[in-house]
Amino acid sequence: MKLKLRVWRQKNSTDRGRLAEYNVDNISEHMSFLEMLDVVNESLAGQGIEPIAFDSDCREGICGMCSLVINGIPHGPERGTATCQLHMRKFKDGETITIEPWRAKAFPPVKDLTVDRSAFDRIIQAGGFVSVNTGSAPDANATLIGKNIAETVMDAAACIGCGACVAACKNASAMLFVAAKVSHLALLPQGEVEKKARVENMVARMDAEKFGNCTNQSECQAVCPKEISVEFIARMNREYFKASLSPKSEIKGED
Amino acid sequence: MALDSKIPQGPLEKKWQSRKFELKLVNPANKRKYKVIVVGSGLAGASASATLSELGYNVSCFCFQDSPRRAHSIAAQGGINAAKNYQNDGDSVQRLFYDTIKGGDFRAREANVYRLAEISTAIIDQCVAQGVPFAREYGGTLANRSFGGAQVSRTFYARGQTGQQLLLGAYQALERQISLGKVKMHSRHEMLELVVVDGHAKGIVTRNLVTGKIESHAADAVVLATGGYSNAFYLSTNAVGCNVTAIWRAHRKGAFFANPCYTQIHPTCIPVSGDYQSKLTLMSESLRNDGRIWVPKQKGDKRAPGDIPEAERDYYLERKYPSYGNLAPRDIASRSAKEVCDEGRGVGEHGRGVYLDFADAIKRLGENTIRERYGNLIDMYERITGENPYKVPMRIYPALHYTMGGLWVDYHLMSNLPGLFVLGEANFSDHGANRLGASALMQGLADGYFILPYTIGDYFATHKKPKVSTDHAEFKKTEAEATAKIQKLLSVKGKRTPASFHRELGHLLWEYCGMARTEAGLKTALAKIPVLREEFWKNVNVMGEGEDFNQSLERAGRVADFMEFAELMCLDALERKESCGGHFRSEYQTAEGEAKRDDANFCYAAAWEFKGVGAKPELHKEPLTFESIHLAERNYK
Ligand SMILES: Cc1cc2nc3c(=O)[nH]c(=O)nc-3n(C[C@H](O)[C@H](O)[C@H](O)COP(=O)(O)OP(=O)(O)OC[C@H]3O[C@@H](n4cnc5c(N)ncnc54)[C@H](O)[C@@H]3O)c2cc1C
Repeated sequence: MKLKLRVWRQKNSTDRGRLAEYNVDNISEHMSFLEMLDVVNESLAGQGIEPIAFDSDCREGICGMCSLVINGIPHGPERGTATCQLHMRKFKDGETITIEPWRAKAFPPVKDLTVDRSAFDRIIQAGGFVSVNTGSAPDANATLIGKNIAETVMDAAACIGCGACVAACKNASAMLFVAAKVSHLALLPQGEVEKKARVENMVARMDAEKFGNCTNQSECQAVCPKEISVEFIARMNREYFKASLSPKSEIKGED
Repeated sequence: MALDSKIPQGPLEKKWQSRKFELKLVNPANKRKYKVIVVGSGLAGASASATLSELGYNVSCFCFQDSPRRAHSIAAQGGINAAKNYQNDGDSVQRLFYDTIKGGDFRAREANVYRLAEISTAIIDQCVAQGVPFAREYGGTLANRSFGGAQVSRTFYARGQTGQQLLLGAYQALERQISLGKVKMHSRHEMLELVVVDGHAKGIVTRNLVTGKIESHAADAVVLATGGYSNAFYLSTNAVGCNVTAIWRAHRKGAFFANPCYTQIHPTCIPVSGDYQSKLTLMSESLRNDGRIWVPKQKGDKRAPGDIPEAERDYYLERKYPSYGNLAPRDIASRSAKEVCDEGRGVGEHGRGVYLDFADAIKRLGENTIRERYGNLIDMYERITGENPYKVPMRIYPALHYTMGGLWVDYHLMSNLPGLFVLGEANFSDHGANRLGASALMQGLADGYFILPYTIGDYFATHKKPKVSTDHAEFKKTEAEATAKIQKLLSVKGKRTPASFHRELGHLLWEYCGMARTEAGLKTALAKIPVLREEFWKNVNVMGEGEDFNQSLERAGRVADFMEFAELMCLDALERKESCGGHFRSEYQTAEGEAKRDDANFCYAAAWEFKGVGAKPELHKEPLTFESIHLAERNYK
């Protein structure tokens, strides 16, 4: 395959950045999208051009590191598929492909196609956990959890934290990410005790990180590589509402 | 130098209990006076960081990804073993212990493996309490599945994402400690060097991967939980960033490297499709329950699989291992696939593949049943290859998957360098010459949640050492070393990319130190590696600058370490003149082609001491003694 790539190049967080064009040849349809970029990078190096920086690690759609906007769509055209699992056979010979980074105020640029998603970690720090120290757990079968609940929990817990939901949203909202974690823990008896404080603190952190508001367009669900449902956003809104009705809770009690 | 394994006295089942009582404690108020560096945020590193912090220690944790949640543990699929015996099918600590030590072909320490089995049950309790959504039965109890090398059902799982869920549990515990201000997290930081002061590990030198800044970090102890080195082979099922750098750099500073030749090859992976390939994808072993493995009888038969009549197919595993058939153990299935491909009977464009055919199972059970059982995997296969396994057989081929070797550690998980602890896949401790499925996750979490938090206190209580700060000359010297290496990489300005050297090294190792090893092949590799390494340092082209986000430089540094490490791996394989587990020396096999151990001469862990690049390392042997079990020949016929 022959392709024309338009790739976002940006030296660092202070550089303004621009789209650079590269004509590439000899691309096999069996390559993954990232392998195509690897090949392009090898040839750029040969021409004395600095390789394109992009994030990736597991390359099997689970670590959440890869993060490219391809022709305007986070993770590209194939549904339920992270960039690293997208293959070139989904593109046409001679096609022009535009590749850009996630764009959101809360995800500042690092270089070229890489951005800083540490805001997600800080949201988890605000309450995305069960406060149980090692060693203090009861027998695993002491608490029964229905199979259906467990399945729904797993649907939410499958989130890979890639941030495509934010990149797809015109307001750069992180609602789907936060809702997935809030729902995962709120649905389980283990997460029950801290559930009010968790949702309040995580939402407050999300706002403080400058993620935008949710206006129910469901773009997030459409691009999510794990196809996480916006129903979890509704569930989180209910949790948040319930929390707001009860007295102020505290979560950071320890130490 | 005699290696002291510190195995406790007394009966096997009492060893850990009595050792826990003997260990000296640090009083709670004093714990905050100690600082621990943990390199790695996978299952082992995240669980250790969170737990040490809960106990009161100050922790600094490092990973090279942009978030600790992305460590390679996230990719584990199948499950985690534990001797809960919830199925009432006869499981016990004793049985899990025996299966694991037998699976490892009797090349692991009895006491370590027993402790692992003992701790396994507490791991499941801890993870459930954190909210890990393991699969459940209708009644609400935990579900189990069975896995290779065991006759009981003891594997806990969360769909095909067990590693992800366990890691998120540990990651969340870690993030909680970060929010409490007790762990300082350093993402996008790579450890480049270990700092040793007066023989004790006292810190590390890192590179900030965003700014390129070289920094020193001092502590009272250093923990390496940096994963395995499968990527020495270039192509493996590991994440592309996995590397040997942290443990290799520690090895250069005096830590012994044990059993580097013990590597595991997984039989069911999607075959290589071209030179551009960056990694290989695992297809769960469970597919072999319903898929039949075959190749054409005829060499070079290029017909489509559907056009090859039954009589002209060779179901070679069923033919050679009538009782285990397609479920023969990993090493045997892998080697058999290589053999038929070497004979020219492999399938696919490059002739390096065998068919895994569901046609009979679909006929017998219907497409729906197969979809229910393996739908996810089949979709993933189709996404990657563009072929539909319901219509044409899958093509599979073995790939590097896991490394049992690693830094030598004693029963306390401390290396021969005091103050340096090694956890998870990075150490050599529990899997001997072969790891059973679903036991790496168990080991990583046992090490981090339940072993290190006890043993590290004993080190602090018994080694009252003066504090060392980053002003110490040793830090300055080590920083200078790290900077010099980077400058050197950048200054070569040759013609070849780091990736092209990595690919060539990988081919070499796969050819000569892969599934079947021979004396001649290993000697060839040992002659070729130094030549390639020399070319690397003369002809590598690393673009960009040191003080910048520079992925080409990161890659080059890792490849440089693989180039040194590869020689040690081949040397270890050459010196181990026996076959055991994943280490198959063609000269040492039984009449039936099975691995032939030599217990009289090789029942030891080989711990290598670094003597300089290109210089022969010194071998130290830790004899393995078995008090409670008999060494038997593994038989899976
Ligand atoms: C595809 C696949 C499936 C698997 N499935 C299973 C399974 O079902 N069951 C099972 O038991 N096992 C399975 N395994 C094996 C298991 O996943 C691993 O052995 C285990 O997760 C390793 O955990 P770890 O904590 O030791 O290391 P890792 O999870 O690899 O973590 C390494 C950490 O070290 C950091 N690091 C590395 N080098 C440096 C450096 N130089 N500087 C700074 N940081 C560094 C990384 O950033 C990372 O945080 C599977 C493996 C693969 C590849």
